[in-house]
Amino acid sequence: MKKLSTYLLEHKFGYLLGFLSMVIAVSLDMVSPQLTRHIIDDVIVGGDITRLKYLLGGILLVGVGRCIFGYTKEFAFDRIGASIATDMRKDLFAHIQSLSADYFDRTNTGELMSRVKDDIDRIWNAVSYVSMLILEVIFHTAIVLFCMYSLNWKLALIPTLAMLITGSIAILEERKLGDIYEDISEENAALNTVAEENLAGVRTVKAFAREKFEIGKFLSHNNRYYELNMRQSKVFVKYYPYFSLITKLLPLIVLLFGGSLVIGGRLSIGSLSAFVEYSMNIVWPMEMLGWLSNDFSSAVGSYRKIRKIYDVKPTITEPEVPKTLPGIQGKVEFKNVCFHKEDGHEILHDISFCVKPGGTIGIMGATGAGKTSIIQLLQRLYDATDGSICVDDVNIRDMSLKQLRSNISIVMQDVFLFSDTISENVKLGKRNLVDLSTIRGASSCAQASDFIEKLDEQYDTVIGERGVGLSGGQKQRISIARAIAKKNPILVLDDSTSALDMETEYAIQQALLELTDTTKLIIAHRISAVRNADEIIVLENGSIKERGTHESLLAKKGLYYETWQAQYGVLGTDGPARKEA
Amino acid sequence: MPFNSYKDDEKTIETGKMATLMRLFKYLLAYKKQIIGVLFIMGFCVVVNLLNPLIMESAVDDYISKGNFGGLGRLIGFAVVLNILMVLGIKLRMYVMAKVCNSILVTIRQELYTHIQTLDFQFFDSRPTGKILARIIGDINSLKDVLSNCVTTLIPDFITICAVVAIMFLKNPGLAAASLISLPLMAACIWYIQTRSHKRWQIHRKKSSNLNAFVHEDLSGIRIIQSFGAEEETMDTFRGLTKEHRDSFVHAVRLNDAIGSVIDFCWGLGTVSLYFAGIIIIGVDKVSIGTFIAFGSYISMFWHPIMNLSNFYNQMITNIAGAERVFEIMDTPSAITDRDGVKELPPIQGKVDFEKVSFSYDGSAKILNEVSFHIRPGETIALVGPTGAGKTTIVNLISRFYDIQDGHVYIDGYDVRDVSIESLRHQMGIMTQDNFLFSGTIKDNIRYGKLDATDEEIVAAAKAVNAHDFIMRLDNGYDTVLSERGGGLSIGQKQLLAFARTMVSNPRILILDEATSSIDTKTELLVQAGIESLLKGRTSFVIAHRLSTIQKADRIFVIDNGSIVEEGNAEQLMAKKGAYYQLYMSQFKNVV
Repeated sequence: MKKLSTYLLEHKFGYLLGFLSMVIAVSLDMVSPQLTRHIIDDVIVGGDITRLKYLLGGILLVGVGRCIFGYTKEFAFDRIGASIATDMRKDLFAHIQSLSADYFDRTNTGELMSRVKDDIDRIWNAVSYVSMLILEVIFHTAIVLFCMYSLNWKLALIPTLAMLITGSIAILEERKLGDIYEDISEENAALNTVAEENLAGVRTVKAFAREKFEIGKFLSHNNRYYELNMRQSKVFVKYYPYFSLITKLLPLIVLLFGGSLVIGGRLSIGSLSAFVEYSMNIVWPMEMLGWLSNDFSSAVGSYRKIRKIYDVKPTITEPEVPKTLPGIQGKVEFKNVCFHKEDGHEILHDISFCVKPGGTIGIMGATGAGKTSIIQLLQRLYDATDGSICVDDVNIRDMSLKQLRSNISIVMQDVFLFSDTISENVKLGKRNLVDLSTIRGASSCAQASDFIEKLDEQYDTVIGERGVGLSGGQKQRISIARAIAKKNPILVLDDSTSALDMETEYAIQQALLELTDTTKLIIAHRISAVRNADEIIVLENGSIKERGTHESLLAKKGLYYETWQAQYGVLGTDGPARKEA
Repeated sequence: MPFNSYKDDEKTIETGKMATLMRLFKYLLAYKKQIIGVLFIMGFCVVVNLLNPLIMESAVDDYISKGNFGGLGRLIGFAVVLNILMVLGIKLRMYVMAKVCNSILVTIRQELYTHIQTLDFQFFDSRPTGKILARIIGDINSLKDVLSNCVTTLIPDFITICAVVAIMFLKNPGLAAASLISLPLMAACIWYIQTRSHKRWQIHRKKSSNLNAFVHEDLSGIRIIQSFGAEEETMDTFRGLTKEHRDSFVHAVRLNDAIGSVIDFCWGLGTVSLYFAGIIIIGVDKVSIGTFIAFGSYISMFWHPIMNLSNFYNQMITNIAGAERVFEIMDTPSAITDRDGVKELPPIQGKVDFEKVSFSYDGSAKILNEVSFHIRPGETIALVGPTGAGKTTIVNLISRFYDIQDGHVYIDGYDVRDVSIESLRHQMGIMTQDNFLFSGTIKDNIRYGKLDATDEEIVAAAKAVNAHDFIMRLDNGYDTVLSERGGGLSIGQKQLLAFARTMVSNPRILILDEATSSIDTKTELLVQAGIESLLKGRTSFVIAHRLSTIQKADRIFVIDNGSIVEEGNAEQLMAKKGAYYQLYMSQFKNVV
């Protein structure tokens, strides 16, 4: 993570401008009473009417000056704040995107959203108006203290002491509140997560008519959020009155001690009244300190949360100098690959296979047998725990992630589409390289062009989040088009035709057969999808149980044959026949 | 249906700031007692604040100048007590206000959330989740300070201003008029600024909502993004959105920050006009020095609260856009609601009748056209046909996820619109194409189907759908915690869990919409065998593309273009050599 100071220093000139404007504005503030004093003393009492126009002009100028510099100050800080927050947000987002799949497996979207959004917003406040006001408070009190010391240093010790006390209370308050704000930020994330899940799973909620249950779930988090906010308020209410108390008592105590000095003849009464006026003048900065310390600790809480995300490092890393292949042919080889999860749970055991460029491998197996894990290892979403995976005879750990992944097109089982136009969805990953004719070609190959071209805006039709508004089959076809459009040497189809009717599936398979230069890894439950593969492997509990071609596997009469029986048992040996109902 | 994406700003429904503000006020009215108490405390604080200068004056004039230290001590002692009381008052006020404001936020948020739960799919489908979330969290949070300042700034400052103006006019109407001459200028400037900046803040809120929507989508689809190596592209989009977000903010503050300047300037102008009028027009001889000095301090007593009010006003226009967005959702009516006086649907047998049902999602393109069918309790009906033919629509209408435009849907003779939605859906077991699992334990996820299910019932359901074995292989069995959307499980495993969840709910009517599409054939057969006994006597609808899944159905409906083109059992349909026969044969194309 970049240090906070790095972000701040990038705007040092902006801050300087804001600070100088503030200094001028505050100074003008101090000039104003002098001018009115002169009007009264010189013009009204002294009767020197000619000076009036200069003095009034001066007051007007001060107004204009405050107007200009006040604006410059506010705007400068607001602008800097927005820029810093935007930069921090971008960096945080880039970091999150670089994290590995295992992180996303255990972190909720709602939580990350609230980090990127709400937590950065709180820091935004701290680097803009909070820092502006802190500087203003410091500058203002410095001037007033200076004036006080020049009047009478002994008496000035009292406000100095008051300043020190308020400063310490501010620090104490910040410490206490920092922790609470961290909890609040945590609960904000939890609230976000609950609501996010509810909205994303709205179909399930409605199907079970669980609205009341969901409302109750939200209420408990909402109440906890309330309690944490009240805890914050209680701490704030505990500390803030001290600021008020000190600022209210300060003039009185000054008056008491000053009065005794006056009575003792060691101070003039005029100096005393000036002194009291000055001490009234530092009331608002000191009171302000209580508020600022509160806002500041809110940012601190959020900053700590964000730091924690930065502490997570991607578990999948590439070598310092990755091997770059000039072009990938598409040979895929697994050598004795084993994979188990962090908890030691074994997913894959001793998987070996080799697909030559342009070849096809079919992967079958029961639910949870590890089919999808093979694909995830190939893409390096996770790293194999043992054995090696090579593409074009280069270990994928030696390649750059970018090159590896951008040469593999995948159609995932869990179709994900973005709320964007169809063409943007198809282009994903190679936005600048895929043109409309490629999109059309890929869509027609995926049997999607018919329904897309019936839409009012065809490829520019905006679809809903996750493809809402499209049927399951339509979504699958767009995601197949998305993979084909990349014209990558390696194509992975992970159970990608499950929602398609037989006719469409058949047409897509025929189209895929024409991609002779593309290495294909096909995971499927239907025999028809893998039948033409050069080799078919059947997984059971993470190991290869059977392997061979369609014919040899049928002859083996094992797992594959059983699946065939279940799906096509009616065929027997003499072609399609009707199964007895 | 038009979809709103993260790239497009949401449309605004103009409601007017006053209306929104009054609505916020209404929430405060629920806390009348507390608010009156707070105002009382604040009245006391104002009095003490006014007394403080008098005390100091008296301290200087009556004691210090006369050398009476004892009297000074007593007076200061009195003042200290008074101020301590005031600080205690401040403390109480802050506590009460914090309680009131936080409670109101909880109320508004809960109201919003509760309302959202009643909305129909149209609402959820037409906009990204991230944008709805932005309203539940961010937009409501932004109201916090507005609410509390309504009471602590708006009312007392307004009273102070009125009081000061009254005193000024009583003392010297001419000088008063002169001091306030810049007021119309200020009002004009602020009006000019606020009308424009309000629009800019609305835009900023929308940009913020867009950003939220994109972050949500990007993180939900992070696997596909990383798979396609599209991180740089999404980063580009993110950069674009944050830039718009930042620029819209800068655009708004550029105007908004001028409010303080306007007041500074008008303040200066008022002071100039005071002395000019007093000295030149009215004449020094007619106005005493004391009056001048008094007016000098009145001016600052007048402008300070104005400054406060303008800050509040500023804050209000910044954040009122958030309130508008919250109320907008609260005002969105749901298309699917219980009619007045609906009956509870009694436990049903499972008879389903469609009478000339026509349906369209958008009012123009008909998805179903005069579909009629009658299903006896306990029948198993399979729906087949090409994608987009209307199969899912038919089953959606049974649970009344949408309302039909024409015809009737009856369950056990009850029109689905005449019974409460909850009593209807509680008797349905619906498994859709995308099953959503919640973060939490496996046990809790299955229990979602029946909140009071015992552990035994849960295990029994899991066993029936053949999920028990894989659950037991997980480290913590049924207590294994799943992350969001069931992360860590394969799609097939998720389908099995969703299946168990549906079975535990003990539905009278079971609807399986591609429920086993990602389950291998062998497991599917086991599942079918497992649930066979459970399904005895229950009506079920099955949509599937794998024809092996539907062979056993009592009747098969072939749906095409929004109507039933063929119906009958597998045997009859094969003999007919029609649409079903074609579909059936197509599955062998690639195999033989």
